[in-house]
Amino acid sequence: MPNMTHNLAPQAAIAELKEEFAFFDDWTDRYQYIIDMGKQMPPFPAEKQDDAHKFHGCQSQVWFDAEWKDGRLELQGTSDAAIVKGLIALLFRVYGQQTASEILATTPEFLDELGLKTHLSANRATGLMGMIQKIRAIATEADYR
Amino acid sequence: MSSALISPAPAIDPAMNNGAFDVAVIRAAFPALQQTVNGKPLVYLDNAATTQKPLVVIEAVNQFYRHDNANIHRGVHTLSARATDQYEAAREQVRSSLNAAVVEEIVFVRGVTEAINLVAASFGQRLNAGDEILISALEHHANIVPWHLLRERIGIVLNVIPVTDIGELDLSALPALISPRTQLIAVNHVSNALGTINPVWEICQIAQAHGVPVLVDGAQGLPHGVVDVQSIGCDFYAMSGHKVFGPSGVGALYARRPWLDVLPPYQGGGDMIETVSFDAVRYAPAPAKFEAGTPNIEGAIGLKAALAWHAALDWQAIAAHEAQLLATATTGLRDIPGLRIIGEAANKVPVVSFVIDGTHPHDIGTLLDAQGIAVRTGQHCAMPVLKQLGAVSGTVRASFAFYNTLDDVAALIRAVHRAHALLT
Repeated sequence: MPNMTHNLAPQAAIAELKEEFAFFDDWTDRYQYIIDMGKQMPPFPAEKQDDAHKFHGCQSQVWFDAEWKDGRLELQGTSDAAIVKGLIALLFRVYGQQTASEILATTPEFLDELGLKTHLSANRATGLMGMIQKIRAIATEADYR
Repeated sequence: MSSALISPAPAIDPAMNNGAFDVAVIRAAFPALQQTVNGKPLVYLDNAATTQKPLVVIEAVNQFYRHDNANIHRGVHTLSARATDQYEAAREQVRSSLNAAVVEEIVFVRGVTEAINLVAASFGQRLNAGDEILISALEHHANIVPWHLLRERIGIVLNVIPVTDIGELDLSALPALISPRTQLIAVNHVSNALGTINPVWEICQIAQAHGVPVLVDGAQGLPHGVVDVQSIGCDFYAMSGHKVFGPSGVGALYARRPWLDVLPPYQGGGDMIETVSFDAVRYAPAPAKFEAGTPNIEGAIGLKAALAWHAALDWQAIAAHEAQLLATATTGLRDIPGLRIIGEAANKVPVVSFVIDGTHPHDIGTLLDAQGIAVRTGQHCAMPVLKQLGAVSGTVRASFAFYNTLDDVAALIRAVHRAHALLT
């Protein structure tokens, strides 16, 4: 299980995820792996679990925060649903601790390559895409500054 | 013919199903059930959302497009006559399936949602500020929001028949909720979220004693039994085709004869008029008065096939089969630690809504899908009742149809055990 502070470049993180996913024969096991990733995420600060940090567009409840530190984006998030929380952890492995230009160079196609888009219900896939768009919007803003 | 839905005290003995009803033969008629999902045989338990379609329905729609497609009512040519004949035969089939007195009482609509919006719009024109509509705490949003819109528009008052903690309507509260201002009672026949069968015949009796008409939302009724609107005694009954093994986008509103002339048209357009000038319009008699524009012709024809097929089934045996599915699923799921069934009414269709402590319904639903099992998770368009019964994050709902088997129930229970182990 990778630790969450690693700092692989996005493409390397995606390659690593693909390798890990390929290890499982069926989706139940893959979901278990995703759930475990969520469990290993650092806890989301209780004081940020408010409306201002609520991420809309998901059927489960999702909280999210992003902050630049030394030119890299620090991401925090959680959900009341275990699989959603795991998917947030997965996104953070790709986009967390990256520079704005690295984030912008990483389009969401990797969700397809991981088989996630076909396996998630439409509304959950939309929520995941929404979070990627949000992360990319934050990077775009930083890139222009 | 007896049915769980219309007899006030249904006596269903699971032992009655001793081979009279062959579920394998029934399943063979449904092509969509013969597939694997995520490498597992599909176990389709989302029937309260929509049902799969038997070959006879698929073929009826196919045949119409291949041979008879034309617009109805206005053409002199052969195809138009054929299309019109089939469309009107479909209306007769709906009449027969609901046991309405006359065919004019059947108005084709898109489905229950449109049927209730039609009544809210047309019946609503008779209402004044302060008039009351009485619904129940078990309603689907389709039987709440149209009345809320009327409240916003003209200031009607919306009152609610309470529901008990096991998910039954508290009818003892009903008489006191009916006031001289009560204009209509609108309740569902069967709760989509919990599966509760409501004693609509009893509600109609109480309403009649007060001179109040009743609308029944029958979306979940017909899929599980035989419906007789005359024996129920309602003024309006709404049904959706796709819930009863027919196409989407077609359904019917039964409106008892006296209402047909009293109620004003719903929408304006072609087919609902007799004569039009810029100064005056003469409306066609019902049901055409309520059917503006080209309707869902192929949908009605598919619905006819679905209802004819439905009418030929052995509903005694199906009631026994469905009771067995419900009892087995309920017992098996109850064994799972932390699992709580939401809605345990004495009289239910085979719907089991549940939550598991410490887990989110969406996680359960996703893990079931990975194992080939289709259920619905969330609020089931019935937020008020789920909130009252303590399921604010929604529930997992397994809703069965008669084509489901005890093997499906076993697969569900196994898969929920596995999901539970992964999540807790």
